[in-house]
Amino acid sequence: MDMHSLYLVVPLAPLAGALLAGLFGKTIGRSGAHWVTILGVAVAFAASLAIFQDVQAGHSYNGSVYTWLESGGLKLEVGFLIDPLTTVMMLVVSFVSLMVHIYTIGYMAEDPGYQRFFSYISLFTFSMLMLVMANNFVQLFFGWEAVGLVSYLLIGFWYTRPTAIHANLKAFLVNRVGDFGFLLGIGLIAAYCGSLDYVQVFAKGPQLASMSIELFAGAPWMLVSVICICLFIGAMGKSAQFPLHVWLPDSMEGPTPISALIHAATMVTAGIFMVSRMSPLFELSEAALSFVLVIGAITALFMGFLGMIQNDIKRVVAYSTLSQLGYMTVALGASAYSVAIFHLMTHAFFKALLFLAAGSVIIGCHHNQDIRYMGGLKKHMPVTWLTSLVGSLALIGFPFFAGFYSKDSIIEAVALSHTPGAGFAYFAVIAGVFVTAFYSFRMYFLVFHGEERYDQVPHDPAHHDQHHDAHHVQAPHESPLVVWLPLVLLAIPSLVIGYLCIKPMLYGDYFAAAIVVGPEHHALAHMKEEFHSSFLMALHGFSQLPFILAISGVALAWLFYLKRPDLPASIKKTFQPIYTLLDNKYYFDKFNEWFFAGGARLLGRGLWKAGDQVLIDGVLVNGSAKLVGWVSALVRLYQSGQIYRYAFSMIIGVFVLLTLWMHRV
Amino acid sequence: MIAAHLLSFSIWLPIFGALVVLAVGSDKNPAPARVLALLVALAGFLVTLPLYAGFDVAKSSMQFVEAAPWIQNYNISYLLGVDGISVLFILLNSFITIVVILAGWRVIEKRVAQYMAAFLIMSGLMNGIFASLDAMLFYVFFEASLIPMYIIIGAWGGPNRVYAAFKFFLYTLAGSLLMLIALLYLFLQSGGSFNILVWHALPLPLNAQILLFLAFLVAFAVKVPMWPVHTWLPDAHVEAPTGGSVVLASIMLKLGAYGFIRFSLPIAPDASHALSGMMIALSLIAVVYIGFVALVQTDMKKLIAYSSIAHMGFVTLGFFIFNQIGMEGALVQMISHGFVAGAMFLCVGVMYDRMHSRMIADYGGVVNTMPKFAAFFVLFAMANAGLPATSGFVGEFMVVLGAVKFNFWTGFFAATTLILGAAYTLWMVKRVVFGAVANDHVAQLTDINGREFLFLGVMALCVLGMGLYPFPFTDVMHASVDHLLKHVAAGKL
Repeated sequence: MDMHSLYLVVPLAPLAGALLAGLFGKTIGRSGAHWVTILGVAVAFAASLAIFQDVQAGHSYNGSVYTWLESGGLKLEVGFLIDPLTTVMMLVVSFVSLMVHIYTIGYMAEDPGYQRFFSYISLFTFSMLMLVMANNFVQLFFGWEAVGLVSYLLIGFWYTRPTAIHANLKAFLVNRVGDFGFLLGIGLIAAYCGSLDYVQVFAKGPQLASMSIELFAGAPWMLVSVICICLFIGAMGKSAQFPLHVWLPDSMEGPTPISALIHAATMVTAGIFMVSRMSPLFELSEAALSFVLVIGAITALFMGFLGMIQNDIKRVVAYSTLSQLGYMTVALGASAYSVAIFHLMTHAFFKALLFLAAGSVIIGCHHNQDIRYMGGLKKHMPVTWLTSLVGSLALIGFPFFAGFYSKDSIIEAVALSHTPGAGFAYFAVIAGVFVTAFYSFRMYFLVFHGEERYDQVPHDPAHHDQHHDAHHVQAPHESPLVVWLPLVLLAIPSLVIGYLCIKPMLYGDYFAAAIVVGPEHHALAHMKEEFHSSFLMALHGFSQLPFILAISGVALAWLFYLKRPDLPASIKKTFQPIYTLLDNKYYFDKFNEWFFAGGARLLGRGLWKAGDQVLIDGVLVNGSAKLVGWVSALVRLYQSGQIYRYAFSMIIGVFVLLTLWMHRV
Repeated sequence: MIAAHLLSFSIWLPIFGALVVLAVGSDKNPAPARVLALLVALAGFLVTLPLYAGFDVAKSSMQFVEAAPWIQNYNISYLLGVDGISVLFILLNSFITIVVILAGWRVIEKRVAQYMAAFLIMSGLMNGIFASLDAMLFYVFFEASLIPMYIIIGAWGGPNRVYAAFKFFLYTLAGSLLMLIALLYLFLQSGGSFNILVWHALPLPLNAQILLFLAFLVAFAVKVPMWPVHTWLPDAHVEAPTGGSVVLASIMLKLGAYGFIRFSLPIAPDASHALSGMMIALSLIAVVYIGFVALVQTDMKKLIAYSSIAHMGFVTLGFFIFNQIGMEGALVQMISHGFVAGAMFLCVGVMYDRMHSRMIADYGGVVNTMPKFAAFFVLFAMANAGLPATSGFVGEFMVVLGAVKFNFWTGFFAATTLILGAAYTLWMVKRVVFGAVANDHVAQLTDINGREFLFLGVMALCVLGMGLYPFPFTDVMHASVDHLLKHVAAGKL
């Protein structure tokens, strides 16, 4: 099989699995559905590995599969760009997806929508692969919206729950706000470049940089800045950046496997991937980079704060994901695209691990998700415990773990960046280390250590991940093989992937062909000079500020939740206003609900009643009908049938005509 | 013989077929009428296929031309022909007729033959509209096509049909009369010709063009419908039976937009330019204003009707930004809307047949009892919200690209449909399809049967096919659109 067919196999194998499981789910049965989809994703992963090796050997590819549309000199094609950046994403997506597929066998074992679920996650894998493999903006947008669709379907997977179908509508609409900007960016590119093909657009980059656009009369802006900011608004939606982050925590209404796959490891990183892909454009605009940097920094720090007070195990991990996405965005803003992708990759492994472990805990605790009613699970769930520890250490950036290499590199890159806003961003990411360590180990200690509180869980069906809520008082148990095996397989890269990959990905020339960094952004070049080996970097890490902050965070969590469990309550009391602010998530949801949702309904009702019904129908349509009736009633008066009236009218008429005739000039 | 008169066959085959259906039909045994109507519709679609297959995409001139004298005293002739624009609508119309016949199969129990015949006649007449190159012939078809629609709404419509028909009448009357005056004026100016192509080349001063443009505008804007002459549409849809709504949305709304392409733009190109600002403004109002109005509708048919108005706003926007991608996008949007809005009305019809309610509040959790139906409904809703890989995306995407090229802010307001369209469509889906079973009526729903699966499935294939591979659609129209844009750009002054 030649490479071209292999490129096609990667997205089409999961698609075939999705179609079979979705359309013929009844025929092939439950095991048929999981086998066919797992096979499809496994084929995609194997093919991605082969393509990865081919690309390593120097065979990049850029070509089209078919012409989708041609209009007005714009040729829009479906095609693939296979380069180092693509292959990293392909491997991450297909590997995590494969793990999640296997895990799902156990997690969804009792669910009536088993086949449907497998169909959806395979369809997601197809969409995500189409997104990362695209060689043009149209296909990118296709993948972008398609992953959004599957995310919508999966958040609302348990469609009888009001919270789930509220969350999925919210997710779709907030993403659409981002897509609105994204589409305008694509429109500007099409208008000024005459093409939507990546390579051709990037070639026009320098020309774009010299153009300006007058959005408001008398205030010309750099065209490339407008384009990049529009594109980034799309990324803010998909990658849940402030203030479009509001949908991600609610997306936890979906089953846990998709929280791992879609809302942690892959889909939410699409925005990060997209900006990296567009590095030739973003590098041309200091303003856009600065915007990216500040948005990322706000997200990284302020979403982390929210993670500190959550009690739902999935929501803790969700806020942690928001914060980590902020870190990646900060790296983008600092022009350290390869670092962002590096963190994307390590994060995909350890965050998928943490989510799946959370799911395992949820099964083990009989569908209780509240960490206040866990504790001491270490001895009941040894595999879940150990892999969670690995994931948590990776997340807080403990030296030698995967997250250490990527997160420390981000911090360093920001420290060296001169993009406006870098000072604030540096503060945010460094403070974020402490926050991350605190909430991660708060959860870890509450779940796995301390006294066992699983028998204290109050009956509250709203917090359950699944319908069945029997046997609360039974002791927690370790999950079955299909559940813990993916945890182990994800724990391995969470341990070693950073150590192995930092050199080629950041300091080698792995991304040289795919990512462009302007000569004025030399942070990474500086870091390369200081870098000697992965081992030395980790050793050095023990003496650095981030490590000290991380350890302090862990220690504080230990103090609060193991040593002196009475402290958090009294602190909460002292800082009640702050706690209320955090508990209400800075009031974003309430504001959006009131202003945007309520405002739109009010406006719609106003336009409908006042515009359509009163003005147009009332005055114009029915009014003209009434006018006709009124005029005819008036005219009727003159058709009295009385001769003298007609005669009188005639005389008047003749008189008027004569007068006019005599006064003619 | 068929090969030389394909257009005539596409017009008269359904009409004469309808007469046979009427002759065969009896109230006691409606089966033969149904089968015969389906056969006629299929035959009617088959004769249009060679129009596409044999169409020369390189030519911008009229093809499959048929000419015969008709009323010689006034130089009115039976002149037919299609270009790359009109040929698509003849195909769409003949196709939708099949779907409509299928949709009315079991639902209509009274006067079945008359129902089927009305749709067949309407199909033939509308093919006549798209194929006419003689203005009087066009006018006759244009006005005649209203009669079957009146009958369909009047005979098989809802309780408030008199008001709806009255409103429809009032709106169209004014427009039609002004158009007739415009046609007579052009007849006199051109030295006694009703040939539309002759009028295209007829030099006219700007103020004459503007008056002509406005006269046509009233006629066509009502049909589209454009804001603010749109309020008849929600009422007409609500009262019409399912088949009537489908034809109304899929084909009849396209007649107005087609009128702009055939009359306003080529006959009054300079006026079109001069008034394009107003046309763009009205189009954007349709997208934004109507988008908000659609959001608060409580009746599903009204919601889809308002959504149609917003989507047709994209069509008129695409026409008046005068670039190729915008105009082709508008045409693609017209065809796509034929599939998507048609399918949405079919879906509402499927639910209405079971529940006898169109109110959103009467539903909730339909997916629990009708999972197959729900899958189709969500697919069409996504197409309505312009999701890529569905036909709904293609036209919107092209028009937005064209609009941004024309002016950033035009594109900005057009692109709001991404949010508004998703909001009103998916909010309805949430309340109707998802959630727990809302009441006993929903609990007793039965999923779609084989016939319903067939017509929804065919529509789904169209929606997906056009979304994944729109190339064949735009390929046909390139030459004609290019010709039209050049003609409009050159002007007549």
